[in-house]
Amino acid sequence: MKNCEYQQIDPRTLRTSTTRTSSTLPCGRKSSHRLRRKWEVFPGKNRFYCDGRIMLARQCGVLPLTIGLIFITSGLFFTFDCPFLVHLTVFIPVIGGVLFVFVIVSLFQTSFTDPGILPRASPDEAADIERQIDNSGSSTYRPPPRTKEILINDQVVKLKYCFTCKMFRPPRTSHCGLCDNCVERFDHHCPWVGNCVGKRNYRFFYAFIVSLSFLTSFIFGCVITHLTLRSQGGKGIIQAIQDSPARYPFFTNCTLNSFCTVVELVICFFSIWSILGLSGFHTYLVASNLTTNEDIKGSWSSKRGEESGNPYTYNNIFTNCCVVLCGPMPPSLIDRRGFLPADDAPQTVTSDAELPPFMAKNDTNMCTQGTKELIESMAHSTVIQSTCTPGTPKTAPVTQESLLSTVSIAVSPPSKPSTGCSDRQARRPTDMPCPQRGNKRAALHVHKPMLRLPSPPYSLGHSPLIFSDAPDMGFIPLN
Amino acid sequence: MVIRAEFAPWIHQFHNLQELRHSASLATKVFIQRDYSDGTICKFQTKFPAELDSRIERSLFEETVKTLNCYYAEAEKIGGQSYLEGCLACATAYIIFLCMETRYEKILKKISMYIQEQNEKIYAPRGLILTDPIERGMRVIEISIFEDSGSTSSSSSGSSPTSSTAQ
Repeated sequence: MKNCEYQQIDPRTLRTSTTRTSSTLPCGRKSSHRLRRKWEVFPGKNRFYCDGRIMLARQCGVLPLTIGLIFITSGLFFTFDCPFLVHLTVFIPVIGGVLFVFVIVSLFQTSFTDPGILPRASPDEAADIERQIDNSGSSTYRPPPRTKEILINDQVVKLKYCFTCKMFRPPRTSHCGLCDNCVERFDHHCPWVGNCVGKRNYRFFYAFIVSLSFLTSFIFGCVITHLTLRSQGGKGIIQAIQDSPARYPFFTNCTLNSFCTVVELVICFFSIWSILGLSGFHTYLVASNLTTNEDIKGSWSSKRGEESGNPYTYNNIFTNCCVVLCGPMPPSLIDRRGFLPADDAPQTVTSDAELPPFMAKNDTNMCTQGTKELIESMAHSTVIQSTCTPGTPKTAPVTQESLLSTVSIAVSPPSKPSTGCSDRQARRPTDMPCPQRGNKRAALHVHKPMLRLPSPPYSLGHSPLIFSDAPDMGFIPLN
Repeated sequence: MVIRAEFAPWIHQFHNLQELRHSASLATKVFIQRDYSDGTICKFQTKFPAELDSRIERSLFEETVKTLNCYYAEAEKIGGQSYLEGCLACATAYIIFLCMETRYEKILKKISMYIQEQNEKIYAPRGLILTDPIERGMRVIEISIFEDSGSTSSSSSGSSPTSSTAQ
């Protein structure tokens, strides 16, 4: 019969629907009027702008100072030095302009790109890891061991367990305390760019420091040339300027001109040492396929006094450079602009132990109904109408992502950080579902009444998929 | 507890609540971890998990994981095309990454299609679902195991949650 009192929700609209009727949310949650994106509930200490397109560390450090210094120095250069030096050759401002653009673009790329943040482990994953550890040890609960040893290219490498992200960190991954994220191929957290430098933005960072060294050296050279010409009384140029004061009104004021040139000189002089030094250091790291983190800790060089212990090197400078700088660009793993699954994901029954399974909350019915639909649709690419569905044909194909995200809702609600009644900044729920059962596997229970699929048009090797309520009423599921 | 029949046509299939309870089943998950023996490239272990022993043939599973490993190896392959892409990107101050899809992303789409196809053809009929590793931060291949009760109920009519709980 179709006498359903709750509103059926098309599973394909779970990610795009903008309203929920509050009557179908018995636990009194506020219905959200728009779907949220994942960046809004990102657990790390990052800031997002432009609806998740741009990300920064929360502590952006001295990035404004970096930008300010570059703009001021370059501005002074183009304003005060180029008009003189353009008479030498027109390429001076052109080269300066190209370098300046390159510096700014690579700086913004470094600062605003995801450095290779690893998303935190879902509760199921964390539980699985802990279960594996427990199985190998005592029966009492204890935190997982901090390290795991693996073999990479015949070299023993220790993987550390990250208690924040609840996973064993992949090799070369490190947890940045400032950003509170695990970053792949973590190099360092650079306050000058206001972001971590990791796998995905290392090439931008390298391009930034190399082009900045060229720009700084270039400006320094031009300033020296300018001052030299002035002090030698290069009458040709100066005369040319003074003959046409209207063209360069600023520059008839030699005091101002000299002052600005000296300012540039000072800035360039002090920054050139550090930037050239940094570029040289990172060129060495790139050639050896090392990270700053590894080099500082001496991960590979302590034993034999040389880097031959590095299991990641290709033992060829050219190959190492190509791999690090021109290798394939890995994708961002945090999917910050993706939509969160529906907010009203089913939670496990907490206080309804006396209710029979199908007396579970209505909100679970909607998502799990969707789950059943999606399992069927996924299995044979058509959506089977539920008997309780008021005849809404669902003919559009269900994408893998929406399918699995909805499945994930039904199967393991705590795996999505957005679930629950909590506020927008909900972290991963720390309370495991079915608390009265004290069993982590409860996270995987689907709370919905038993659904037996209609006569499946597809051939099944086994009986149809059945979803059931959590057996917290003391019954024993038959397998 | 009596369920009103007009709310749930399938109720006729079940004589009582007890039978319904006995049909309940459990879902669990298996995680296939990464294999770092070749370095930091994306590669998953092909070790067959014990939980899948009764659900799927070992060869099918291994073939799926090996094919996925091949896809990832191709995405991360360092060769002419990746160098060309890298140099072009460097020359354009990496602006080109904003405009065009990288090779890696194209292969990730292929992987997504492959996993969907595998789910449709092989895994869903066995009550399993593979989750694309990209959705788990490329750390694990998550396999969700849906157990069916199988034996007790012979009915197979579809049903939906009753709204008898509705007020």
